[in-house]
This record gives sequence, C-alpha cells and structure tokens, in this order.
Amino acid sequence: MHELSVTQSVLDIALKNAGTRKIKQINLVVGQFSSIVDDSVQFYWDIISKETLAEGSLLHFERIPGEMTCQNCEYVFRPTGDTFDCPSCSSPFVKITKGEEFQVESIDVE
Amino acid sequence: MTTRIPVVENILSANDRIAQRNREMLDQLGVWGINIMASPGAGKTTFILKTLEALHERLKFGVVEGDLASSIDTEKAIAAGLPAVQINTGGECHLDAVMLADALPELPLKDLDLVIVENVGNLICPANFQIGTHLNVLIASIPEGDDKPYKYPGMYRGVQVLIISKVDLLPYVPFNMEYFKKGVEVLNPGVMVFPVSAKTGEGMESWVDWLVKKVDPKNKESQ
Repeated sequence: MHELSVTQSVLDIALKNAGTRKIKQINLVVGQFSSIVDDSVQFYWDIISKETLAEGSLLHFERIPGEMTCQNCEYVFRPTGDTFDCPSCSSPFVKITKGEEFQVESIDVE
Repeated sequence: MTTRIPVVENILSANDRIAQRNREMLDQLGVWGINIMASPGAGKTTFILKTLEALHERLKFGVVEGDLASSIDTEKAIAAGLPAVQINTGGECHLDAVMLADALPELPLKDLDLVIVENVGNLICPANFQIGTHLNVLIASIPEGDDKPYKYPGMYRGVQVLIISKVDLLPYVPFNMEYFKKGVEVLNPGVMVFPVSAKTGEGMESWVDWLVKKVDPKNKESQ
C-alpha cells in the first residue's frame, strides 16, 4: 500500500527534471526485491499527474529479476523463494547481486 | 520530437534526505533513535514494554507510536510518566521520514537518551522507508515460521538488529532455526541476533545490556 508515496516521489523527480517541458514517458528501473506493484503505481499516476506537465504520460517499468552469486563457485542464479543455497555447489555462501534497483532512470520529454 | 533526459535518481531519495536530517537532529541532541519493525502479532508491543521496564533508571527514553493497532496507546504511556507521541499515519502502511520529523519535536529530546519508534506492523513496506534512526530493528517471531527471510528478503536486508521473539514457543512450533538463520546470514551477513522471550524474560538481559552500551548516556553528558 505504499505505492501512493512512491508514485508521488516519482512525480516530484520527473517534474523537477522536466523543467517546463511536457513529459511523455518516465522510465523506471525496479528490482524484484523492491516490493512495488506496477498496476497500482500506474493507477495512482493517472490521478496525481492530472493538471501537471506529466498528465497523460506513461510509466515504463524495467523489471530486474533477483540475482544471486555464489561466493564459493561464482555461479549466478535466480533464487526460487525456498532456499538461497547455490544450485550448482549447494554452498550457503551467496549474496544478492541484482534485484534491489529502485530508480527513475530517465524521462522522455517533448 | 522526444528528448530523453537521464535522471538516475533513487525513487525515495527525498525521503532519504529528510531521514538524514532527522538523524542529524538526534545526533546534535545526543539522542539515540531505534526503529522497531515487525509483522502484526510478532510481539512488538510486549517486547517494547519489557525493554522499557528493563531500561528504567538506566536510560531516559521517549516513545514514538506509529502502530495503528498498538496497545501502548499514547495516553497510557503519558500516564506512566513516559514522554510519548502518537503518529497518525492516516492508514499508511509504514512510517516515513516526514512523519518522524513532525513527531520528534513533540518529545523533550534534550532530556532524553533514547527514542524508541514503533513502526506500523508490516513486513514489506517499512523496509523501504528510512526514517533517520540509528538502529533498525526487526522482530521475527517463532510462530511466523522459519521461511520468512526467503519470502520477505527486503525486510531482512536493511536492519542492524534481529530479535527472534517468542522463543519459549520453540518446543511447540515447527521452526528450523538453522534454515532460518542461513537465510538471514545471506541477506544480512553479521547482523546482531538476539533470541528472546518477552514473556519469560529469556534473552532480554543480553539485548538490554547491549542496547545500554550502544546508547551510552555519557555521550549525552559530553554534548
């Protein structure tokens, strides 16, 4: 339910960077471990961007899947949700290497 | 013609900046802040009350109450002589830095060593929002199950202390401590872990002693 706060932050960042230009699209990069529901953000977006330079613009989500890297054998894998053990060598010494991204990457303006 | 403007800014950077200001204000006044997070029913309120009891006469503290359904309601805390302030989150699922910035000045910070913030009971949202405290504490209770680090990795990533609560239930509930801790270690290597039972008091002393050492009222005297 924190999508409203997140959407407001996206709008603030977009308007700050757009200056006086009309915003067409916001490009977001969101990792799997950042718990955000795309549809909810888009829903709030349509409401809160009304009567701003971002009215009618699209939100584009680039989703980054979660990725872990084994510290023992360097195998790179996507965790299944039941265990983080390396599927290749069974080592529990792994770390998250992708999936925590949570950024406004760029905006497209007219 | 469409032009692409590179931005590359963390979505919650505005919140993070305000959190930083909260931290600076606490530092200037020599007050430690801790942010207690957990799912509903993890035993947050009991744990906080027992912690406060044990801290009595060792530290001067205040409470910021963010949990909608908490039983430490602010009036009760004030009646008990505790400086306390309730944040009305307006139904939000988490506290953010602005809410804490509004609440902090309502406490007599100059007279305090420690501020304990009880966040909204939720295992997803509070993880994303820094509020400016020195310690983020997660309470994970035994009945919630040993798979929670795997299901809610975000929550386990950003904390400095993990309290494993309700350990008195271990004989009655299936909970594989090794499996649980293995997940925690991947997400947050070296995090401080305190297994406790607020009900029986088991483990509370180590946690409170550790906290008192961390907070160290002498820091206050040197301000």
